[in-house]
Amino acid sequence: MPWLCRDCFETGPSEDGVTDLCPDCGSARVISHKELNTLSIAHIDCDAFYATVEMRDDPSLKGKPVLVGGKGGRGVIMAASYEARKFGCRSAMPMFKARKLCPQAIIVRPNMAKYSVVGREVRKLMHDTTPLVEPISIDEAFLDLSGTEKLHGGAPAHTLARLADRVENEVGITVTVGLSHNKFLAKIASDLDKPRGFSVVGRSETLGFLDTLPVSKLWGVGKALQRKLHADGFHEIGSLRACSEEFLVERYGSIGSRLSRFSYGNDNRRVDPKGNRKSISSESTFFNDIRSADELIKRLWPLSEKVAARAKAAELSGRVITVKFKTDRFLIRTRRRTLTDPTQLAEVIWRTGADLVKKEARGTAYRLIGIGISDFSPADHADPPDLGNPDGERIKVVEQTIDNVRARFGTDAIKKGRGLKPEKNDRTSRPPAR
Amino acid sequence: MKFTIDRGALLKALTHVQSVVERRNTIPILSNVLMRADDGAVELSATDMDIAVVEKVSADVSQQGATTVPAHTLFDIVRKLEDGSQIELGGGSEEGQMAMRSGRSTLKLATLASEDFPAMTDDDMPHSFTLEAAALRALIDRTRFAISTEETRYYLNGIYLHAAESDEGGAVLRAVATDGHRLARMEIPVPAGAEGIPGVIVPRKTVNELRKLIDEAEDDIAVMMSDTKIRFAMDGIVLSSKLIDGTFPDYDRVIPEANDKFLEVSCNRFERAVDLVSTISTEKSRAIKLSLGANSLVLSATSPDAGSATEELEVEYDDGDLEIGFNSKYLIDITQQIQGDKARFALSDAASPTLVKDLEDENALYVLMPMRV
Repeated sequence: MPWLCRDCFETGPSEDGVTDLCPDCGSARVISHKELNTLSIAHIDCDAFYATVEMRDDPSLKGKPVLVGGKGGRGVIMAASYEARKFGCRSAMPMFKARKLCPQAIIVRPNMAKYSVVGREVRKLMHDTTPLVEPISIDEAFLDLSGTEKLHGGAPAHTLARLADRVENEVGITVTVGLSHNKFLAKIASDLDKPRGFSVVGRSETLGFLDTLPVSKLWGVGKALQRKLHADGFHEIGSLRACSEEFLVERYGSIGSRLSRFSYGNDNRRVDPKGNRKSISSESTFFNDIRSADELIKRLWPLSEKVAARAKAAELSGRVITVKFKTDRFLIRTRRRTLTDPTQLAEVIWRTGADLVKKEARGTAYRLIGIGISDFSPADHADPPDLGNPDGERIKVVEQTIDNVRARFGTDAIKKGRGLKPEKNDRTSRPPAR
Repeated sequence: MKFTIDRGALLKALTHVQSVVERRNTIPILSNVLMRADDGAVELSATDMDIAVVEKVSADVSQQGATTVPAHTLFDIVRKLEDGSQIELGGGSEEGQMAMRSGRSTLKLATLASEDFPAMTDDDMPHSFTLEAAALRALIDRTRFAISTEETRYYLNGIYLHAAESDEGGAVLRAVATDGHRLARMEIPVPAGAEGIPGVIVPRKTVNELRKLIDEAEDDIAVMMSDTKIRFAMDGIVLSSKLIDGTFPDYDRVIPEANDKFLEVSCNRFERAVDLVSTISTEKSRAIKLSLGANSLVLSATSPDAGSATEELEVEYDDGDLEIGFNSKYLIDITQQIQGDKARFALSDAASPTLVKDLEDENALYVLMPMRV
């Protein structure tokens, strides 16, 4: 079975099965896998990114439970070091809860500017190995290394091990690599062995592997769908193979066809360096169906804020606003409007969306509403001064101020009045990726 | 109903009224024109429920009455009939049809009952004044290019007409339009009776229909308005329209007052240079760059696909170097409104609104937002 040492990069075939220790340097960080030299799609994820960067810059934090996030009573964890995770701290957890779980944790305020610099450094090293890098966020990306064997003088696995090593030495943070034959499996693989890990899922073991994984690991399966799948008796991904694609589509809607494909480990999406991101959107399923326009518009606000936050993080702005409705009969309607200028402001996204909602809320009961932006431009083209809106600059400044407060103290630290009292039982999620 | 009418007179009236009729209608009768024959005249009406145009033309009425027929069809027929001919309409035909005879041609058109034709309610119009046709044309021409088409901000989809105090003092009637990128403001001395009018937003379609109607008008135009409707009356034609129910933004706050860099250009040469250089700018942004130095203006555009272009103009300018980008289409739209030879730009910096004035017409003012280049 082919093997690769992640410390000295020695490789070799081995007749007698799995290699545990590197015969060359004695390291235990050896990967041994039948298909090691034939897989080329990777997902690379930085380990506890924000926390790791803080530990890099302040060595006194090393080995300690570190939480990055707002310190205030309403702050939220943005990243937790692996030491803090042992106490049950997770990202997106309210800070007060984390403090109860782990009173000795050291809390560090986030420094987004620094993280984005570090994220770019990592991305640059990725680009040194292949042009086919598809960033998913600041700290993770897909890489397609097929055809790079001659260039780098080794199989993709070898190149990836060297890349992980370079990131450690040159940037000073650690990453985990998932290697497989498609994006879906590579992403799942990178989650198996964190931190500083390297996991391989080969073609021959794909089905057996999926038989053990819970359906919640599937892309696009949120809490609600997970509940529904469990209720229908689907717990492991593999169990979905018992049903036809037609059945899954009929029962779960368009996502059913993806459930079916993924249950067989099939995923034909390419690694697209331009990012397959053509839109940013957010949607919410209601606890009870809603007919009233006012109520729908109210629900649109937190979603608009999410979309705006993600657009700002991705340094994008969109000219087309799309509102998505799902009726009580599961019919999906979308309504879109093109703006004169691209925007990344929650206020503009929401106002445009509200106008579209008014036209659709005429008695129909809706179970879901979503809003998104598309037709992207760079962020610096967004929201130019507007002669038709003398208050436009003020709106922009207010939103920037809110963003700054949130960056320091967490998303819940400040809210617009219209965002108060959200329904607790609603599920908010990203819509399934296409 | 039966009457005989001169083809030329009917064609002219139909040209006026049929233009408000939408090409596609979900309510069939809105495709029709209402004809009401009465005492030596025929009244033609057309509406889209927001605008109604009514025109009276003299005709030889032998039988009073009213009916409606498809407006565009009738217009096409009358257009194709021989010039100078007489047309006989109505009379002696079956229910649901109207006969037309002219020379040897006979046509029959499907009708819909005149009682079903929607009448625009005759509201009380508390304000009224008269305007010279030329003044009304100027108010429209100087501003309508800047009307927004953005649906969300419906209150920008028209010309804001209101009484105001001019910058130099003195009461004026003002027209303002903006799409967020450019703003146009035109004013005339306030006509008697218009001093106390409410600020109203006249929809784009109304503005365009009105402009066609007054294209050759020489007489004064009577204007009547309420908070929700406006009516314009001129030689036998009455155009009534709903107003946009919204609040026009406080535009005064976006008109820069402290811009201290002044550029004077000859409109013709400037427009030609902008037009030439913009050929290279990208279809999407149409951006061109203006680089100002002592008595020199360099216009330039580059596009990764098309190449690059520059042109230098001699201009009157002496307020320090400045680089600023504009949408070339917007620049041309504005310079085309300038009636005199020269335009005067008052600039501040590359991110702030620029003021443009016609050196020969103090009544018009334009504001243009720069863009990144």
